[in-house]
Amino acid sequence: MSDDALPGGERRQLAPPVDESGALGWMRKNLFSSWGNGITTVVLIVAVVWILSGFLDWAVFTANFTASVGSECRGGGACWALIREKYRYIFFGSFPYEQHWRPLFAVIAMLTMLVTSADRRMWNWRLLVIWGLGSFVTFLLMFGQIHIPLSLFLTIALVLGGIGMNLRKAIAEPAEMNAYRALAAIGLVGLVLRITGILPAWSLAIAPFSYVETSLWGGIPVTIILATYGLAFAFPYGVLLALGRRSNLPLIKGLCVGFIELIRGVPLISLLIMASVMLPLFLPSGTTIDKFLRAQVAVILFAGAYIAEVIRGGLQSLPKGQFEAADAMGLNYPQKTLLIILPQAIRVVIPPLINTFIGFFKDTSLVLIIGIFDFLNTANQALVDPNWAGFPGEVYLFAAFVYFIFCFSMSRYSKYLEVELNKGTRR
Amino acid sequence: MAAMAAKAVRDLSGAPSLIELRSVNKWFGQFHVLSDINLDVKEGEKIVVCGPSGSGKSTLIRCINRLEEHQAGDIVVNGVTLSNDVKNIEAIRREVGMVFQSFNLFPHLTILDNLTLAPIWVKKMPKKDAEEIAMALLNRVRIPEQALKYPGQLSGGQQQRVAIARALCMRPKIMLFDEPTSALDPEMVKEVLDVMVELAGEGMTMICVTHEMGFARAVADRVIFMDRGEIVEQNEPEEFFAHPRNERTKLFLGQILHH
Amino acid sequence: MAVEALGSAHRVKVAPWNDPVIRGWVFQIVVVGLVAGLAWYLVSNTIDNLNRQKIASGFDYLGREAGFEIGDSMIEYSPASTYARAIWVGILNTLRVAVLGIFLSTILGTLIGVGRLSPNWLLNKICVWYVEAFRNVPLLLWLFLFYKLISEAFPGPKQALSALWGSMFLSNRGLYFPVPMADPIHKWMGVALLIGIAGAVALHRWAKKRQEATGQPFPSILAGFGVALGVPFVVWLLGGAPHHLSWPELKGFNFEGGTVIQPEFTALLLGLVLYSSAFIAEIVRSGILALHKGQSEAAAALGLSRGQSMRLVLLPQALRVIVPPMTSQYLNITKNSSLAIAIGYPDLVASINVTINQTGQAIENILLIMAAYLSVSLSISAFMNWYNKRIALTER
Repeated sequence: MSDDALPGGERRQLAPPVDESGALGWMRKNLFSSWGNGITTVVLIVAVVWILSGFLDWAVFTANFTASVGSECRGGGACWALIREKYRYIFFGSFPYEQHWRPLFAVIAMLTMLVTSADRRMWNWRLLVIWGLGSFVTFLLMFGQIHIPLSLFLTIALVLGGIGMNLRKAIAEPAEMNAYRALAAIGLVGLVLRITGILPAWSLAIAPFSYVETSLWGGIPVTIILATYGLAFAFPYGVLLALGRRSNLPLIKGLCVGFIELIRGVPLISLLIMASVMLPLFLPSGTTIDKFLRAQVAVILFAGAYIAEVIRGGLQSLPKGQFEAADAMGLNYPQKTLLIILPQAIRVVIPPLINTFIGFFKDTSLVLIIGIFDFLNTANQALVDPNWAGFPGEVYLFAAFVYFIFCFSMSRYSKYLEVELNKGTRR
Repeated sequence: MAAMAAKAVRDLSGAPSLIELRSVNKWFGQFHVLSDINLDVKEGEKIVVCGPSGSGKSTLIRCINRLEEHQAGDIVVNGVTLSNDVKNIEAIRREVGMVFQSFNLFPHLTILDNLTLAPIWVKKMPKKDAEEIAMALLNRVRIPEQALKYPGQLSGGQQQRVAIARALCMRPKIMLFDEPTSALDPEMVKEVLDVMVELAGEGMTMICVTHEMGFARAVADRVIFMDRGEIVEQNEPEEFFAHPRNERTKLFLGQILHH
Repeated sequence: MAVEALGSAHRVKVAPWNDPVIRGWVFQIVVVGLVAGLAWYLVSNTIDNLNRQKIASGFDYLGREAGFEIGDSMIEYSPASTYARAIWVGILNTLRVAVLGIFLSTILGTLIGVGRLSPNWLLNKICVWYVEAFRNVPLLLWLFLFYKLISEAFPGPKQALSALWGSMFLSNRGLYFPVPMADPIHKWMGVALLIGIAGAVALHRWAKKRQEATGQPFPSILAGFGVALGVPFVVWLLGGAPHHLSWPELKGFNFEGGTVIQPEFTALLLGLVLYSSAFIAEIVRSGILALHKGQSEAAAALGLSRGQSMRLVLLPQALRVIVPPMTSQYLNITKNSSLAIAIGYPDLVASINVTINQTGQAIENILLIMAAYLSVSLSISAFMNWYNKRIALTER
């Protein structure tokens, strides 16, 4: 029956049948494509409408936005007036009321640091500058007054000199190498003098604002500081753990594996309890550690083990040829690792790293067990006020909403980065 | 391509129609992927479908065993009209075997289990009978010694031959091939084509989407050229290759018969 | 030039400080030395502090009387019991919520994961939002919310809601419902259950052989359930069908009789299950998506029904991808159960916490917690390694 050949001209393009396209077609395909599907859709629509209308009724239509005391709110819908009254405490804790702009800007500074760190263009010396400046601003705002000791300056000099000497060994001009050597020498000699007491303790005092101690910090800044600096310090130590775990030296490998499995095998709560109860025992009697610092140390120890596993995954995914090429070029271990291996390995695992960070962000809520006032704890405390007792739904839903905004934005950013980072690679 | 003897023209006018496509249309969203297809396949006929990518040739044969749904027109296979009715679809799939470009062997089962899976669970055959049929077919495709290995241990050519044997285990009336050699390294293409030529010689009704024109010349009763969703031209292989009539056909043949 | 025989080439001497093997060992010794030094420093400080504060050492305290109450216990416990028993109650409570949590969240998570892939747009989007809502909010917040809602939204025992003609009572002290009174036949029913399960397994084997021989399939799963449940039922009948129940009755300020599910446990279980099922849904979804589309097409082209292709082809392959992250999620559920301390459910961490406060012996108790959780996590890791080796696809 077949045709032999078509005439030379184009055949007219038919449009798809009407009930297959457009809104009707979409509904047919996605909601009513079969009996089972159709029934599911109807049941779900009924359920969703019922729940939503009940919820909206409580949350919006009969809600109370203007009451000034809890008793006025009873018997109605949601008591959002409670939030209106207490939001400053929930967000900033017991920080002095008039100075709330300080933690606000500290939060902005930290968020800026975090967002720019994931941008690949920043992955060089700029990152150190961003974090240095950002941290300086953050802690200046939060504490109000900071004293930078001489030993910190000396340590920075030593580290910069050492890194420069090692990394730029083959590339730098003699003048530059001498500069590094001088820096390292100044740092080393200065530190020795300082430790032996010959050089007196001196610190640079910067005190533009009033001092606010850590026990008054609370709310969102606490959550973000714990998560951000948890990540910041856990990152290098997690990298070291990951490298150590993959090393061929048996003692190093054993130490790293043991440490990672130990930390990952126990809940964060037990680490927090350990930090708050055992840390004073580990240190010479009489030394007290700031409670906030104890929580921060626990978060760092915990985060490092998880980051180590993520980075280990990245290291494992690198083709062996990368290591071999680096060796063939004559690079030593620090150069090979810092210049070739780590940049690639870390680039690959940025999305899981961000997911891990989202996890820490949520895990900081556990510090309330040891009495630190993070965002969840301040929300909790808002419920304790006898004037406003009995509205757990409102407070917790509000807190959940804030957490959701933070975490959801971070996960969207991570997905965006995943697409961006894969643009240069062949999929 | 090793030279294959040109096929003599066969007279198939007395054979029944196994597959009929009437005014078949399909859209992916707004894109008209199959445009007014009319096709009649007789029992024992071997058809080769060729054309540039995106022409709809894979979609065409995938519509025949309902891996894709057509939106307008009729498809009748072995007397059964293809529709949303599950019973019809199952009846059709029992008579139609398919070989895929990416083999699609089940990696967690041995070769033998791959072959006996469908006979045991669909045709409710006892295991021993199914294994007998499977080994006979493995012999036919010349790799009986691989029966207890896993697909991951076989080469591409061997995997595709197993895939052909797996489809044949169900004793289909019709075999559909969707670019069976396109994913193979060049040195393995011949072993698969040889199996297909033998199968053709035994009288199987075949529709084969392929670029292997030597195969078409040796085996096909009809070569169909598709472009942009339409059947542009169809003819016996000799006439088709020697005297293409449509401009688009000439263009396509010029591109692929280069080497 | 004379040609030297190859055999006479000698090894080049390397200065020890350039030899990579020696360098490696020196480096290791230095690092281990530093770590050991740090450890020694910490340990000596600790011993010093313990002596100074007159804190006892050793595990003798485990035999002393605990002196505190535990609200929810699966075994007999009173304040006169030992610390060891208190800790054991904590372990049992942790296991109870962890095992139930794992079981329920696997079921719910799988349903949501499959729903996420549904062609029905509404179902799909609802599952998406469920997952996003629970993944982006801390578990502790959900626990607080559920606990406060349960304990404040429900009335006191005197005004408890009752259901099923006064047999179940819901109040802010928990859900009370009747249980069968203890009867000697129950032991036999337990034995009968084991026999029934063995019988179901044997039935399955017989059905499989029959199918191999004749090709006829047999609904062995349904029949297996029937056997496993039927045998205990028959035993119950033979024992005179004892049906006396212990009914909860309001006596004074609270109910007595029957059995109770307390609000702390309910809030913890509810929060754990809803939270973890969001993560499990993602794991299941990625397992199913990891399947090559061609596999389901090949199965369909061969004539296998949807159920058959799911069971024989798709699920075995999906499980390979799903099991590793699933086991680490199970580990997370076990660890997350430790949040119980925040809402007053007496799990292991809570018991240990009270013990530390009362005895002051932080180190021994922390070691106990770590030992308990580590044994769970190490056995899960070992299982996962074994499973991965066993199901690895055989390749060239």
